[in-house]
Amino acid sequence: MAVDGAAFTPWASLAGGLAIGLAAALYLLGNGRIAGIAGIVAAVLRALPSRERLVRQRTPLAFVAGLLLAPWVWRVFAPWPALSVDVGPGALVVAGLLVGIGVRMGNGCTSGHGVCGLSRLSRRSLVNVLAFMGAGFATVFVLRHLG
Amino acid sequence: MGTVTALLGGLVFGLGLIAGGMANPSKVKAFLDLAGAWDPSLALVMGGAIAVALPAFALARRRRVAWSGEPMDIPTATHIDARLVGGGILFGIGWGVGGFCPGPALVALATGWWPAAVFTVAMLAGMLVHDRFIAR
Repeated sequence: MAVDGAAFTPWASLAGGLAIGLAAALYLLGNGRIAGIAGIVAAVLRALPSRERLVRQRTPLAFVAGLLLAPWVWRVFAPWPALSVDVGPGALVVAGLLVGIGVRMGNGCTSGHGVCGLSRLSRRSLVNVLAFMGAGFATVFVLRHLG
Repeated sequence: MGTVTALLGGLVFGLGLIAGGMANPSKVKAFLDLAGAWDPSLALVMGGAIAVALPAFALARRRRVAWSGEPMDIPTATHIDARLVGGGILFGIGWGVGGFCPGPALVALATGWWPAAVFTVAMLAGMLVHDRFIAR
């Protein structure tokens, strides 16, 4: 294992993490809910065809709106960071389908089981986190080092 | 009140993802690439988030209602089954292929970046496929 010192951004990442924790705390104490993005998106998606149902889901809807506003607010204060992917559109479709099915089946993702689940010391969440972290490490190993 | 805390929660969450480097799929994959040039940054994102959220959950346990008046809705499930593990594995494979998980994908999508759009449309389709055909 060799740490890439040039890419490592400890302070920015720690600050980002603290902000995410603060946001999760705000949604928890302010709205009584888990800041799990997969669950929030699924709630909005389920309500989508009907305006009436969307109004009833205004809490998750407002959270999603905040998330979508974030890059625009960021850009007011700081330059937008360069983003890149190393796979083509076909692989992104496969990735999206797997993530969509996986987070619904496992009932959570990096935020719901990761940040929130681990913070409330849930054994169930820990098992899910170990499964997706292990699968993530294994997948990148196979794609990058066994190809 | 509830709408304000939820909107602010989403906004701060998104800003944290951007600041932490999570919105960049290449950085996520550099974190998942233990055998390559490893970038441990994302461990600090998770660590920082838990450091703040953990005491918040301890406080939340003592409350019946949230500031907004909404009831506290904290998961009570404890069962560990094949769906929990299998779902995690499928999610992890997709995360490893693309470098996107749901939150960062939405944030990057809002800038009109096409890879995030392709990923997000497929992710929403995956959620619908699960809920219509796989669940129950």
